[in-house]
Amino acid sequence: MQLVCPAGSLPALKAALRQGADAIYVGFRDDTNARHFAGLNLDEKQLQNGIELIRQQGRQLYVAVNTYAQPDGWARWQRAVDHAAEIGVDALIAADPGVLAYASRRHPNLNLHLSVQGSATNAAALSFYQQRYGIRRAVLPRVLSLAQVKQVAAKSPVPIEVFAFGSLCIMAEGRCHLSSYLTGESPNLCGVCSPAKAVRWEQDAAGLSSRLNGVLIDRYSEGEAAGYPTLCKGRFMVNGQRFHALEEPTSLNTLDLIPELAAIGVSAVKIEGRQRSPAYVEQVTRVWREALDAYRRAPAGFAVQNHWRQALAGLSEGSQTTLGAYHRSWQ
Amino acid sequence: MQLSLGPVLFYWDRNTLMDFYAQMATQPLDVIYLGETVCSKRRALSLDDWLGLAREMREASGAEIVLSGLALVEAASELSSLKRLCENGEIRVEANDMAAVHFLAERDRPFVAGPALNLYNGHALAELATCGMDRWVPPVECSGALIRSALNQLEELGLQRPQLEVFAYGHLPLAYSARCFTARAENRPKDDCEFCCLNYPEGIALHSQEGEALFTLNGIQTLSASVSNLLADYDQLAASGADILRLSPRAQGMDEVIAAFDAVRKGGLPPLAVDGCNGYWHGRPGMLRAEEAGLC
Repeated sequence: MQLVCPAGSLPALKAALRQGADAIYVGFRDDTNARHFAGLNLDEKQLQNGIELIRQQGRQLYVAVNTYAQPDGWARWQRAVDHAAEIGVDALIAADPGVLAYASRRHPNLNLHLSVQGSATNAAALSFYQQRYGIRRAVLPRVLSLAQVKQVAAKSPVPIEVFAFGSLCIMAEGRCHLSSYLTGESPNLCGVCSPAKAVRWEQDAAGLSSRLNGVLIDRYSEGEAAGYPTLCKGRFMVNGQRFHALEEPTSLNTLDLIPELAAIGVSAVKIEGRQRSPAYVEQVTRVWREALDAYRRAPAGFAVQNHWRQALAGLSEGSQTTLGAYHRSWQ
Repeated sequence: MQLSLGPVLFYWDRNTLMDFYAQMATQPLDVIYLGETVCSKRRALSLDDWLGLAREMREASGAEIVLSGLALVEAASELSSLKRLCENGEIRVEANDMAAVHFLAERDRPFVAGPALNLYNGHALAELATCGMDRWVPPVECSGALIRSALNQLEELGLQRPQLEVFAYGHLPLAYSARCFTARAENRPKDDCEFCCLNYPEGIALHSQEGEALFTLNGIQTLSASVSNLLADYDQLAASGADILRLSPRAQGMDEVIAAFDAVRKGGLPPLAVDGCNGYWHGRPGMLRAEEAGLC
């Protein structure tokens, strides 16, 4: 299984390379990708520099142009696709049928991967993208149980990539408008969820509050760990109870599933987190490289090492990890 | 302007559904969408029951009947029922997942592209038009301006506009998940949910800790807490080329909602303001009421 790692900056890209990523995915500095955060992503010079390093080491570069194009900004998505083709990326990761159509017709040799934002959760949807746009890989949304991943992979016309570690979307990717409902900006159209500019922290007698466009997402008492107010991870009131009604702050971690994912025939595992620091990328990549290598050397004797688990727990939201939807009881 | 009744998004039992549709058959509706779009475990009506109801409704109401497909298709069993729905050969289908588009395009069946498909620009619309889409219900987060631009872009590509149907009334379908939030709220595992959605004919309200209504939990679907209502925006909808306005079923009072929209489309003056939100249509956060915010 190939290890695909995120880079939101040149230092992160170098860190992933150093620790043995097989492929690194990046985005351009605009709303054509799903991590359109202030100060994030690579400018032209950094990208050139990064490509040279990746080529020297025989690894792969993927570029995500995986938001949905706004009609008035179409030229921006077109340019992003052309640019990715010009610099010779190993794959373009896209979701919008219009963008995929443009890329496949204009650049027939460009290797296309269906983004997780394409929200294809079954073999027939994957066939649609394969037959029309010749996609050569698809990233599955984090909504499938392991048994379902197996079923989809068995019937998929293309190799499958799955998420292995990182922040966990509780909703099917590409099928969530919660952020735009509160803030006007969504992952699909703007490449952001719960945007930082809409966040406000308030400290008063009642404790620390986090707000998104004025809406209270969570309130923390003294000493309680506070997390970024991603709106699906707040505490809300339902039937008179206050709890994490949608999801706790937690990260996906599938180290335990490596043998099963390999047996299913998953071709690549993906680390989430282009918005994360180089130090984060470095540590997560190191653990996953070690784990995948250990599995390759001795599949039958594979066991998750405690120090891997500890390293990843320390990097997880709320210091908690979960198998997410892969594990049916989570659903 | 035509009026449509969207598919029932909540889980109602068989009798409630039958009573509801008997009432709807007498309403001034041009299109009626039937079928289960949220959860495959909801089986108050089987596919054959829905098809039977579709035939009855066609006779009784004179409206065009469309069968809506599931939005989040995960299990092999869900995929095979969606395939059967698309192959019914008799009733038109609303696709809410690319799997349905795949099945319908293979059979050359014209179809409705539902609001759960991510179609946001003219190039994407062109792709679906070549697959047989002849009606587009934009994602609910689209503004009027985006919808107009997307259709103009499609025409610039030399393709004919599909019919435009705008989600004009009801709780907005905002998100789909593997997790069942209704079961979670009741502390039940999803695989042993005991169909607890049946206890909530209009979902479960989710409030902030300050009591602000935010969302509505409806099984694996999350809806807006506010009811979206574009009646006061009627003139702009018409000027934007909307052919059909979709009214999404609620547990009570749908006849009054339909009467209000019917009066306006027959020439009555739209109200200056109504309860509920309309932010998305005006390019603002969906939860807002644009008039209140002084944005119109």
